[in-house]
Amino acid sequence: MKNANQKIVVLGNSTAAVGCIEGIRENDGTSQIVLIAKEPEHAYSRPLISYLLGGEVDDSRMTYRPADFYKRNRVEAHLGLEATGIDVEKREVLTADGKRYSFDKLLIGIGGLPIVPPMKNANATGVFTFTTYQDAREIKAYIKARKVETAVVVGGGLIGLKSTEALHKLGIKVHLVELADRILSITFDEEASRISREQLEKNGVSVRCGTTVDEIKVSGGVVSGVKLKDGTALECGMIIFAIGVRPNLKMVEGTAIQTNKGIIVDEHMETSVKGIYAAGDVAEAADALYGGKRPIPIFPNAYRQGKVAGKNIAGEPMVFEGGMPMNSVDVLGLPTISVGITAPQDPAGYEMLSKKSDNPVSYRKIVLKDNRIVGAIFIGDIDRAGIFTGLVRNRVDASQFKDLLLTDDFGLISLPREYRKHMVSGEGVVI
Amino acid sequence: MKRIYAYEEFCLGCRLCEINCLVQHSRSKKILKAFKEERGKVLSAIHVEESGYVSFALQCRHCTDAKCLEACITGAMHRDEKTGAVLCDQDKCVGCWMCVMVCPVGAIRRGKEKSVASKCDLCAGEDLPVCVANCPNEALVYEER
Repeated sequence: MKNANQKIVVLGNSTAAVGCIEGIRENDGTSQIVLIAKEPEHAYSRPLISYLLGGEVDDSRMTYRPADFYKRNRVEAHLGLEATGIDVEKREVLTADGKRYSFDKLLIGIGGLPIVPPMKNANATGVFTFTTYQDAREIKAYIKARKVETAVVVGGGLIGLKSTEALHKLGIKVHLVELADRILSITFDEEASRISREQLEKNGVSVRCGTTVDEIKVSGGVVSGVKLKDGTALECGMIIFAIGVRPNLKMVEGTAIQTNKGIIVDEHMETSVKGIYAAGDVAEAADALYGGKRPIPIFPNAYRQGKVAGKNIAGEPMVFEGGMPMNSVDVLGLPTISVGITAPQDPAGYEMLSKKSDNPVSYRKIVLKDNRIVGAIFIGDIDRAGIFTGLVRNRVDASQFKDLLLTDDFGLISLPREYRKHMVSGEGVVI
Repeated sequence: MKRIYAYEEFCLGCRLCEINCLVQHSRSKKILKAFKEERGKVLSAIHVEESGYVSFALQCRHCTDAKCLEACITGAMHRDEKTGAVLCDQDKCVGCWMCVMVCPVGAIRRGKEKSVASKCDLCAGEDLPVCVANCPNEALVYEER
């Protein structure tokens, strides 16, 4: 144990922070860990807020780690305490109650902030974003108090879809508005977007693409409707803005910590300031597929980055292999998975294989570049999709088994014997 | 930790491992009852892959660097501290299928009766996983490597 007596401060209490703490404690059981988080809740599962709103889980199932998580990991947790700044020279974190917490090592895992376009009445009662436990509580209470029957969800990405699903489950009529010409345009190709849209419309959701909210109508300080850019007027009892999140950089502005879109980190998740690490939605780390660095705000990335940071903080070198977009989204009962590059902007140089069926609804697409799989989409039949994710991650040459990629029984048996044996036996195991 | 390893050279493709796994994870743990009353509801956590003369049985590898643990949004997927096995707490699981998305061997299935992740638990409570115990040609072994 190289770094057993450090003072470590962890900012944030979500996926990256938990990954960091677990990473530290795998190798360092004695250093002091102080966690400071603005949100007052015990570490909860952020993606579950839509399940909570939709009534699929209750508060008891929201915890991401057991109730004794901080105790077992010997973490001094300050929940509900906002960190307001970082004094990089003195190596101290400043908090809203005027205190200072000194550190040898620091993790910044404070995530992203939801984007609300600047427009009139954006602060009106009934306008929400949807990224926190508190958002879920407030929306739930608002729906109950105002007996909301119709809602407008702005943004046809992941959060927009999950919001739509939750509201739909509560019996609310949803108008989903997306500026791009199709929903899920960042993760899906046109066909997958079309199938998802049909699934929503079949279930009574109204989907409007190629337009956005131009004006929020208010009556007595409360949302009463919207006017869209295309001129359509819609009445509604509430609006959820789900346009996206951007890294929360407020705390590091004006410090020596370098930022671009997010906080720039190296392969150890260390920022430009030695001993200060960043992970999760706030970080701008290596992109495994396109090269370079960019924020990829998805759950598995946040955990992995947090863990890598934690390991390095503990003095156990570990490298972040690079992130790639991937998502598993249930579209009103239709399971979907997307991984990597699914619709290259410039298709030249890419090879696409696909097959689909209408009944039952199913779609599979594999994207290859130079005989290596770089992306895939699965709709309906998502079983064993992870094999493809593994092939993308491990950059396996698929030329030997390309003609099998779309077969129903594609499995490890379809792969070259050596790769298969390696997968089955595990790394480092001699066969 | 002890893991199950497969020898494709010895696998006959008889699928007795699948049947034994399914029965072990049924409510009754009796083959006839499982067949008559729980057919279609309970899943085998082991899957025989077959192509021509080659076959082998595959289940969760209980990876050291387990992607499913990192991708699980609820914390349902966890590592048993005593055995090292990767297990799913089905009361916590919400069936988001992030684990299905990341499992590199495709060993996690979607539950039939309940929409939760279904996977190998190394037959917790048994000395030897039933797939290993009942393999007629020793194509499955349970050992530390």
